[in-house]
Amino acid sequence: MIIDEKQRSAPSKRASMEEYLSPSVRAIKPSGIRRFFDLASGRKDIITLGVGEPDFVTPWHVREACVYALEMGKTQYTSNAGTPELREEIAYYLHNQFSVAYDPAKEVLVTVGGSEAIDLALRALIAPGDEILVPEPCYISYSPITSLSGGVPVGVETFAKDDFKLTAESLRAAITPKSKVLILCYPSNPTGGIMTAEDWLPIAKVVEEHDLIVISDEIYAELTYGTKHVSFAAMPGMKDRTILVSGFSKSFAMTGWRIGYACGHPELIAAMLKIHQYTVMCASNMAQVAALEALRNGMEEKNRMVESYNQRRRLVVKGFREIGLACHEPQGAFYAFPSIAGLGLTSEEFATGLLNEQKVAAVPGDVFGLGGEGHLRCSYATSVSQLTEAIERMGLYVRKLKGD
Amino acid sequence: MDGRKMQILELLKEDARRSADLIATMIDAPADEVKQAIAEMEQDHIIVKYATVVNWSKVEDEKVTALIEVQITPERGRGFEGIAERIYLYPEVKSVYLMSGAYDLLVEVQGKTLKDVASFVSNKLSPIDAVLSTKTFFILKKYKQDGIIFEEHEDDHRLLVSP
Repeated sequence: MIIDEKQRSAPSKRASMEEYLSPSVRAIKPSGIRRFFDLASGRKDIITLGVGEPDFVTPWHVREACVYALEMGKTQYTSNAGTPELREEIAYYLHNQFSVAYDPAKEVLVTVGGSEAIDLALRALIAPGDEILVPEPCYISYSPITSLSGGVPVGVETFAKDDFKLTAESLRAAITPKSKVLILCYPSNPTGGIMTAEDWLPIAKVVEEHDLIVISDEIYAELTYGTKHVSFAAMPGMKDRTILVSGFSKSFAMTGWRIGYACGHPELIAAMLKIHQYTVMCASNMAQVAALEALRNGMEEKNRMVESYNQRRRLVVKGFREIGLACHEPQGAFYAFPSIAGLGLTSEEFATGLLNEQKVAAVPGDVFGLGGEGHLRCSYATSVSQLTEAIERMGLYVRKLKGD
Repeated sequence: MDGRKMQILELLKEDARRSADLIATMIDAPADEVKQAIAEMEQDHIIVKYATVVNWSKVEDEKVTALIEVQITPERGRGFEGIAERIYLYPEVKSVYLMSGAYDLLVEVQGKTLKDVASFVSNKLSPIDAVLSTKTFFILKKYKQDGIIFEEHEDDHRLLVSP
């Protein structure tokens, strides 16, 4: 059947379908990443530094565990909160790796990716008009999800000079009597910034003073270089104020499986579970089996992948600096966030030109909110040969802009 | 072996054409030290050769390869060494392993045709005095060799740009 879009009209007196849409959905802008994706897709010979996921396929033993689960007929719903085995293993893992202890029966919820956990946490917490503090530049979904729940996102700018760490000073400056929740994402997408225990202490103090709840998105926790990730929930007095969100996507190269989790105070988790059971019932059964296998037997492969990201991280940071782009040292995730300041272009113009002239795709920094303009997010989860080629092409582009 | 040399070996194993400078950047070590370490490993025959892995089945004059289980009587005083050497010095022999179990040496032999390999076994290998018996198995297809998958199906399926 061929549908003529021009012939289509709203099935009522309203001028367009859009008028049916909820005002909060209408108010949300489509993500800037999506816009850039449309620009890049369909083109040939593009080297992409725009990908926000590992370049490894999920390790075979994990995939095989899922295949076996299917053979064994594990095709049913699981308990709403996730299988008891997986929740137990997650609790054990978090205690073992990051020294935070959760009761698997009441304090762990398995979700459809970390994204669902963030959505659930915000929906469970926000009353209309509540202000949600979001350190930026940050992952693109916090503000829209906040708005959908009737909350008001309040950006807190972080800066390259501070290695994109959140400072107590700028956090304090953004707090009002309406502030309720602080969303943290360290190691950071898009900046690669991390927070150490010393960095967290003053933040924890502000959180305590202003009685905030924290949603700590620690999806990149395993990907730190040279220093071990410190969970905000492990800071003194913070565990009960923090909903720890993480998942398997980045650490175990399992993005498409959509398995994440949230851990926190039993009353908060119970509230999130209530939404979860009415909206998605449970995360995919066989994907939970795979996640269990990843936690039980996947550490060696994971370490190998982390080492490989680290090698490529050094390569791109050095490469960007050599072609004249200032680049702070990213210590986590798999992104470098070089500055393009002084070249006379906005991030958007720079990225568009780079794509058109040199066929290298990277995401303009402004899509990540305050402080992102003047930067470019470059994922180094791509092969060494592609990275080398991309840096060379970017060098040509930068030289041209500088008029050399 | 120190950790740095191990890292260098692993990066070279993935791609032998990587320069010392690139490796130095990737493992965060001074380029001179990496060059020095590589030179040392070449000298010590830890790095034996920078060879190319070829998928011969894609080349027109395809080669025939067989794995041969060989039972031998060890020599007094020298064990298997002398006989192994007599076997591996033939250019047709691509690899020789001393094995535990029902036979002693596993010998990989390559020839242009099936007949070549068969004649090598009957004219060169079997007549060696110490050789008690041989069993020849022809390789029909190589799926993976030395950690390298020949027909890689796991292409990059990722979206070009994603959050």
